[in-house]
Amino acid sequence: MGQYEAVIGLEVHVELKTKTKIFCGCPTEFGGEPNTHVCPICLGLPGVLPVLNKKVLEYAIKAGLAINCSIAEFSKFDRKNYFYPDLTKAFQTSQYDLPIAEHGHLDINVNGEIKRIGITRLHMEEDAGKLVHQGDTISSSFSSLADYNRAGVPLVEIVSEPDLRSAEEAKAYLEMLKAIIEYIDVSDVKMEQGSLRCDANISIRPVGSKELGTRTEVKNLNSFRSVQRAIEYEIQRQIDQVEEGERIIQETRTWDENKGVTLSLRSKEEAHDYRYFPEPDLTPLVISRDWVAELKNGLPELPEAKKARLIAEHGLPEYDAGVITSSRALAEFYDKTVCIHPDYKGVSNWIMVELLKLLNAENMEISEAKISPEGLAKMLTMIEKNIISGKIAKQVFEEMFNTGKDPEAIVKEKGLVQISDEGQINSIVEQVIANNPKSVEDFKAGKEKSIGFLVGQIMKETKGQANPGVVNKLLKDKLNEL
Amino acid sequence: MELSTIHGLRDLLANREISAEELTNQALEKIEKIDDKIKAFVTVTKDEAIQVAREIDQKRSKGESLGPLAGIPMALKDNMCTEDIKTTCSSKILYNFIPPYSAKVYEKLLGAGSILLGKTNMDEFAMGSSTENSGFFPTCNPWDLNCVPGGSSGGSAAAVASGEAVFALGSDTGGSIRQPASFCGVVGLKPTYGAVSRYGLIAYASSLDQIGPFTRDVTDCALVMNAITGHDSFDSTSALVDYPDYTRFLVNDIKDMRIGIPREYFGEGIEPEVEAKIREAINKLEELGAVVEECSLPHTQYALPAYYIIAPAECSSNLARYDGVRYGLRVEDADDIVSMFSRTRDQGFGIEVKRRIMLGTYALSSGYYDAYYLKALKVRNLVKQDFDKAFEKFDCLITPTAPSVAFEFGSKADTIAMYKQDVCTIPINLAGIPALSLPYGLVNNMPVGLQFVGKAFGEGNLLRVAYTLEQNSDQTRLEPSLEGVK
Ligand SMILES: [Zn+2]
Repeated sequence: MGQYEAVIGLEVHVELKTKTKIFCGCPTEFGGEPNTHVCPICLGLPGVLPVLNKKVLEYAIKAGLAINCSIAEFSKFDRKNYFYPDLTKAFQTSQYDLPIAEHGHLDINVNGEIKRIGITRLHMEEDAGKLVHQGDTISSSFSSLADYNRAGVPLVEIVSEPDLRSAEEAKAYLEMLKAIIEYIDVSDVKMEQGSLRCDANISIRPVGSKELGTRTEVKNLNSFRSVQRAIEYEIQRQIDQVEEGERIIQETRTWDENKGVTLSLRSKEEAHDYRYFPEPDLTPLVISRDWVAELKNGLPELPEAKKARLIAEHGLPEYDAGVITSSRALAEFYDKTVCIHPDYKGVSNWIMVELLKLLNAENMEISEAKISPEGLAKMLTMIEKNIISGKIAKQVFEEMFNTGKDPEAIVKEKGLVQISDEGQINSIVEQVIANNPKSVEDFKAGKEKSIGFLVGQIMKETKGQANPGVVNKLLKDKLNEL
Repeated sequence: MELSTIHGLRDLLANREISAEELTNQALEKIEKIDDKIKAFVTVTKDEAIQVAREIDQKRSKGESLGPLAGIPMALKDNMCTEDIKTTCSSKILYNFIPPYSAKVYEKLLGAGSILLGKTNMDEFAMGSSTENSGFFPTCNPWDLNCVPGGSSGGSAAAVASGEAVFALGSDTGGSIRQPASFCGVVGLKPTYGAVSRYGLIAYASSLDQIGPFTRDVTDCALVMNAITGHDSFDSTSALVDYPDYTRFLVNDIKDMRIGIPREYFGEGIEPEVEAKIREAINKLEELGAVVEECSLPHTQYALPAYYIIAPAECSSNLARYDGVRYGLRVEDADDIVSMFSRTRDQGFGIEVKRRIMLGTYALSSGYYDAYYLKALKVRNLVKQDFDKAFEKFDCLITPTAPSVAFEFGSKADTIAMYKQDVCTIPINLAGIPALSLPYGLVNNMPVGLQFVGKAFGEGNLLRVAYTLEQNSDQTRLEPSLEGVK
C-alpha cells in the first residue's frame, strides 16, 4: 500500500427486535411460511396508512444514545421512492434530512491504539420483502416469488464518518458496534440471519492528501470475514487501477464471496433519484427531553465502560477484559460467575482459555453451550477446596461444556476426586521411589530436575488425582530422608 | 315525489311506515330505472344491500337498539375500500381489485346501520373536475344529461341529486366534494383535515384528501357528520379532539354572526350570473342579521399553482404501488420486470393520472425539489396564514363554490381551463380547513353553489349559517325534473 491510504465509511443496517413491525401489528418473528406475517398495511394495499410503533422509536433512541449521538428534538419520516417488487408501496418509509440521531462516535482499539470513529447519523426505516428468483437475477428469471414477511420489519441505519483507514479498523468498528447494540438489547445483531448488514464506502488517496478520492460502495457483505476481505480486495483493486493510470469510477459494487472479488453493479449514472419527500401519512415526531433522559438513565453499562471497570477494579489484563466485554453474552457469563465465586482472574482465565477454545473448536456461540456460570463457579470452588486438581478440572470443564452436568456429579461419576490423604499418597511415593532408583540417584547427585519425573510418575499412578502440593511435599520429605 | 331526507325517512322507519327492505328496494329500482342514463354507479351491491336491510328490519322487530342511520340507503365513492366488494377508483389498473378490508368510514356507516347500495363513479383516482376522467364511463348531471356532474366525486353527487341514494360519501382533495355538490344542487361538506379517518381511502394526495358527505339538506349533513367523524388510531393524521354532536348547530339564527367576503374569490374568472346569485345569498344573510364585510386573502392566486405541485408530488408516490406485482391489472406478455412495470402502468392509467404522475415526479426530482416542492409548501403556509388572519375577525367566509354552473361534456378540453374549475375550492384544502357547499338557486336552469368556509374544526358555524339560510330561503332545496331519464 505504502503511498496510498484508504478512506472507508460503513453504512450498517440493524434490525430492531420489536415484537411487531414498524407500522402495523404483524409479528417480526423470523421464519414462518411465506406471506403469513402480513396484513393490508405491510402489504401496502390501496388505502392503508402507517402508524408508528412506539417501541421502534424507543429502540432507535436507545441505540442513538449508546453510540453517543444527540437525539433530535424534532424528527420526521420521509418517503424514498423507487420501483422494485420487494417494496410493497414502491417507496420505503425512511428518514432523510431530520434523522432521529446524529453526531455520534465510538472508540475502537486496533493493535493497542484507541481511535475515535465519528458517526454521522442513525435513522429509522422499514425493511423490504424477499424475492426468490426462478433463475439467477430478476432480469434473467422467468418468474420470481415474493415473500413479504420481512416487509415492514423495523431497521435502523447507522452511517459512520469516513474515518476508517483499513479493513482491520472497519472490522473493529463493526465488532464494537455489534457489541454495543447487543448490550442495549435492541437487536440480535446476527450477520448470518441478516439482523446486522453492512455496506462499505471505499476510496483511496495519496498519503498526506486531505481530499477524498472517488468512492465505490460495496454491498453484499454477509459476514465479518467478508467485510474484511472485500475491503482489502477493493482497496487493492483501486490502487492497481490508479497505478495503471486509470480513474476510479463512482459506482456500486457487489462482493462475490466465492470468487473473492468485487464486481460492478451499477454506475452513478444508473443510480436512483429517490425523490425523497416528507411522509404525509405520518405526523412529525417531537421527542420529549424527559423521555430521552429517562432512556439514557436506563442504558446498561456499555462495553467500553465495562472493560475499563474490569481492568481497574477486577485487575484483569487489558486484552482479557477486551475479549470478555466484546460480547454481551460472554460478559454476562463472567459477571454471573464472579458474582458467585469472586476470583476475577481465575474466572477470566477459565473463560479466556478453556471456554473460548471449546467455543472456537465447535464454532459455537456461548448461548449454545451447555455450561452455566453456576457450574463454573462451583468447579472453581472445588479446585480451591482441593477436591479436584486444576488438571482434572479441565476434564470436568469439558464435560460441563458438553452436557451441562453439575461438576460434583461429574467428579463423582468419573471418580475424579483429588487424593490428598497423606497415607495413601505416601505409599505411592514409596512405591515410585523404589521403582526408580536411577532418578533417585540423580536427585541425590544434585539433579533437581529429576524430581519432576518422579512427580509425573506419582501423578500417573494416581491417574492425575493426587493433590500436587501434597505429592511435592511428601516426595521431598522422603528423598531428604534417604 | 319529493326526494327523501335521512331525517324524514328515519321517522317513517321508526314508525314502521316503511321497512328498510322496502326502502332499499325502492332505491335499487330507481337505480335500475335511471342509472343507465345517469351512470352514477360503477358497482351496485344489490344482494348485499337487501341482506343488510333485512337484518336491520329483524333487529327493529326484535326491539334491538339500532344505529342513528339504521335503514338509510347510501352510496360510497369508489375510492373507499369495502371488504369483498370491488373498489376500483374508476381506474383500469384496479378494475378487478377486491379489498380484503374496509375503510374506517364504511365500518362506521355500517355500524350506524346504513345500507350500501353501491360504489360511485369518479374521475380516475379522484383526479379531475368533471368525472370525464373515469377509466370506465362518464357520469351525467341529473339536471341536464349533456352536462357533467362535476368531479371528482361526480357519481356520488349525481346519485344523491337524482334520488338514487339518500346520501353519499365523496372525497375532496381540491374541491372534489364541493364542486360536484354545486353542479348537482346538493349539500356537500369537506370536513377539517383529520376530522374523518382516511384509513381505507385510496390516496390521491395524502396531505389534502378528506372524506365528506353529500346530502339533500343541511340537517342530513350534520347527521352524516355525526356518523363519520372521530379519532381513529389507524390514521396518524386523525385529529384527537372532542367531536361535537353536529345537530346542535342546526339553529335558525345567525344574528351578529360575522361573515367575510374575500374579494379575491369574485370578479374575474367567475361567471357574472353565478356571482349575482352569490351576492343575492349574501344580501339574504345580511337581512337575517349577519354582519357582512369584505376582506382579503392576498395569496389566493398562488394556491392553484402550489396545489398542482403538492398534489401531483404526493400522487406520484401514492400511485407508484400500482405496478402489476400484487393486485390489479398486469400485462401478461412483458419481457422483463421493467417492461411489466411500465406497460402495466401505461395501459392501466388514463391520461390525466399520467400527467399528474409526471408533474409530481418532476417536481420531486433532485435539483428541482427546492424550486418546486419546497416553494409550494411555503405558498401553502402563506395561504393558511391568510385564513388564520381572516378567522381572527370572521366566523365564516362566503365564496362561490365553482366559477360556473355545470358545463357540457368536452367543453373544458383545455387542461388549464379544467384546473381553474377548482380555483375557489383548492385554497381550503391547502389550509386544511372545512368548507360546505350549499345550493343557491339556478342559472340557466342549472344549480349554483355557495361555499361557506370555516376555521379548523369550525364545521358548526358552517352548518349553522347554511341551516339558517335553508330555513329562510326557497333557493337551497333543489330538485331536478329528471325529464331526460324518464
Ligand atoms: Zn402487517
